[in-house]
Amino acid sequence: MALLEIVNLSVTFGGLRALCGFDFTLDAGDLAALIGPNGAGKTTAFNVVTGVYHPTAGDVRLQGRSIVGRKPFRINRLGIARTFQNIRLFAGLTVLDNVLVGFNRSPGAGFLGTVIGTPRHAREELVHQSAAMTLLETFGLDQRADDRAGALPYGDQRRLEIARALATRPRILLLDEPAAGMNPQEKVELMELIHLIQRRFGVGIWLIEHDMHLVMSIAQRITVLDHGEVIAVGAPAEIQCNPKVIEAYLGEPLTTSG
Amino acid sequence: MGNADADHPVRAGRLPSWVINLFLIVLVAIAWPLSRLFDSQIDPYFLDLIIRIGIAIILAVSLNLINGITGQFSLGHAGFMAMGAYTCGVIAKHHAITGGASVPFFLGVTLLSGVVGALAGLLIGIPTLRLRGDYLAIATLGFGEIIYVVLTKIRSIGGCEVGGAAGLHDIPTFTNFFWVFAWGMICIVFIWRLVYSAKGKAFYAIREDEIAAAAMGVDTTFYKVTAFVIGAFFAGVAGALAATWSGNLAPGSFRFMRSVEIVVMVVLGGSGSITGSILAAAVLTWLPEQLRAVEQWRMVIYSLLLIVMMLVRPEGLLGRRELWWTRRRAIPRATATVAPP
Repeated sequence: MALLEIVNLSVTFGGLRALCGFDFTLDAGDLAALIGPNGAGKTTAFNVVTGVYHPTAGDVRLQGRSIVGRKPFRINRLGIARTFQNIRLFAGLTVLDNVLVGFNRSPGAGFLGTVIGTPRHAREELVHQSAAMTLLETFGLDQRADDRAGALPYGDQRRLEIARALATRPRILLLDEPAAGMNPQEKVELMELIHLIQRRFGVGIWLIEHDMHLVMSIAQRITVLDHGEVIAVGAPAEIQCNPKVIEAYLGEPLTTSG
Repeated sequence: MGNADADHPVRAGRLPSWVINLFLIVLVAIAWPLSRLFDSQIDPYFLDLIIRIGIAIILAVSLNLINGITGQFSLGHAGFMAMGAYTCGVIAKHHAITGGASVPFFLGVTLLSGVVGALAGLLIGIPTLRLRGDYLAIATLGFGEIIYVVLTKIRSIGGCEVGGAAGLHDIPTFTNFFWVFAWGMICIVFIWRLVYSAKGKAFYAIREDEIAAAAMGVDTTFYKVTAFVIGAFFAGVAGALAATWSGNLAPGSFRFMRSVEIVVMVVLGGSGSITGSILAAAVLTWLPEQLRAVEQWRMVIYSLLLIVMMLVRPEGLLGRRELWWTRRRAIPRATATVAPP
């Protein structure tokens, strides 16, 4: 049984078929990529998995149990965390507080214990804070813990979004265009970071990315979407020379006659 | 490295919380004899101002939880206040005829007033918190007006006088400096500890980005309703204190303008800053009194001051910061890494 299993998923918005008969599986430790031209339905797939959209047909299963129809916060608590294509940090909060939000669901002293200030609550606060700082250290953001998240440079904001997602202790991490807007140096660092996350946290990673160099060098398996349908699945080397993929990206080859 | 623009520096408490709790209890205990002293020694006009400032602080801090911290723009705070005020007023007046006043009785009635406010908050919050921004403001505004209309129509409930449009008068005046101080302390400490705990970050997260908060496992509906219920509870308590301070209740004093006054306090103090709300509540209650010397120009100057304030400091007196946060304390580092379950 796969960790994440998507079966025959379809999503339509009015008359528009955003996704059609989409199948996918992801296991712990996997690093899979989802690519395709703009408007192919990549983010729609992420939004269905995280409960933002409801599918028209098909099923999403986490360890064999359907998660369709559950609210986004429930799905996060079941172990799926994500980042967003357009960064959605809590811009007005500090870097540390952004990560601390991820510890929200941990069982604790409760509202009353928090308000009275029980010793148990005080201990918990320290545990949360130090765990959050450790996480920030892993991402090289600990020096900026007190800065407002919105004031960070772009690359740092992207990394903070990943750190924040990991704070919820997911089993699956969905990254929506993590390299968007990064310079070549930041992209190299991001690749190292993704490998580090894979090793240290043992999560299954599924990413959407337009940077082909990045995708081809880190993904173990690539799914290509075009107009809501899967046109190819395979290892990076297979995808690179797949004629359907080349056609989707570059258009039909010109027929030369005479 | 500065943190001039940071919202919440980490505060690993220097003092154990039982020490702070003990200190707060002693402080409230001192207010009891102090209150007796105030009743006999202080100019009644000045005491009235202090009490009204105290009530305004409870209202502003509790609304700050809803509007400033959780980011749910509510214009219904006067409505929740009215629920508490009338609960307390009606019971106290009825009770004054049948029995005498006592400390446990008054504590019970103020608590009950808060609970009635909180229930109203729950009832209003569950359907309206699906709305956002302007729509939520209009829905809560509607609630406030409904409360006003209903109060003008009810003359009595089960043999207890409510007063209708004429208002409820001759309510026994239990409230003194002690009660306002004690409830003010409870309100401030309660909300402060709640929002500055790790769990409480969820309130701010909802204000910043509701979709991202949900993606981080925050039960946004639960937190929004919780903020509404806690805010409404303290508004109800403030109403009870106001009713048994002045001894008179008029439905008209809980209309839209009252809600706006409290919103102004929150915005002027800095949305999200608790100490800012306290400061603004004090200043905006005190200022109109000081301007009585220039009677005709009073509201003109008051309005001008608000306009100038918003032009000079649109983020409010304290912005999102608290009064005494200048730098962060060291955080202990854990050796263990965050491991997946």
